[in-house]
Amino acid sequence: MHSTIPPLLRPSRRSLLRGATLACLAGIGANVLRSAAALAADAAGWPQDAFKQKDEADAIKALYGKAAEVSDKVKLDAPEIAENGAVVPIGVSTTLPNVTSISVLVPENPYTLAASYKIPEGTVAAVSNRLKMAKTSNVIAIVESDGKLYSATKEVKVTVGGCGG
Amino acid sequence: MASTIRVRAIAGSDVTEVQALIQHPMDSGFVKDADGKLIPPHHIETVQFEAGGKTVFTALWGPAVSKDPFVKFSFKGAKKGDELKITWMDNEGKSDSSTAKIQ
Repeated sequence: MHSTIPPLLRPSRRSLLRGATLACLAGIGANVLRSAAALAADAAGWPQDAFKQKDEADAIKALYGKAAEVSDKVKLDAPEIAENGAVVPIGVSTTLPNVTSISVLVPENPYTLAASYKIPEGTVAAVSNRLKMAKTSNVIAIVESDGKLYSATKEVKVTVGGCGG
Repeated sequence: MASTIRVRAIAGSDVTEVQALIQHPMDSGFVKDADGKLIPPHHIETVQFEAGGKTVFTALWGPAVSKDPFVKFSFKGAKKGDELKITWMDNEGKSDSSTAKIQ
């Protein structure tokens, strides 16, 4: 397995493994609880179906029941190059009126929908968060404004993927 | 146990800016441990922010949100000294809640 890893990446790989070992040790006691919890229902209001989709159009449809059109009024703040795919800062904001929801999708991730935010009246239509990216991918921002969906897309190049796999 | 939630909410002239940092592994279910076994998915699914008796922001998160997630947003209608309550729930039914004073 090591032979496939370029020498440059080894130190971080090493610390990742060390972290994984610790996480594993800590997790042993929790395993029994965990398998019981796997049967537990997801948190109320969590759109499981949308989060399980692999294709961005399917995820958008599962979440909103409609398709999005590209808009230059959706502003997507994302780095050109992300050195660490485990922590990619993504910000979405818009000047569109009556925004009720903002979502972020990463089509090259195993599940395309990363995060979705509900924006009630009185809350500013802007959100920043940090996402994991498995590899270089487009990032899609979706804004729901006046009941319609608008999107913006930007490619983020990932040099070290965030899925440790 | 210390709270898993760290939040800073600062009231400006128009909006209150909220930055929240939550301690959580956010395991995606795709990463293997040292023995090559998959670490099962364990991630926050919902985070709710309440102020003045109403929900001002709801986050719905999948496994692609980074470990120890961070989120930033702003809302209107609160002032210095008001309380902001944050509650998260994960896919194992665990949850935590914290109340912060708006500064």
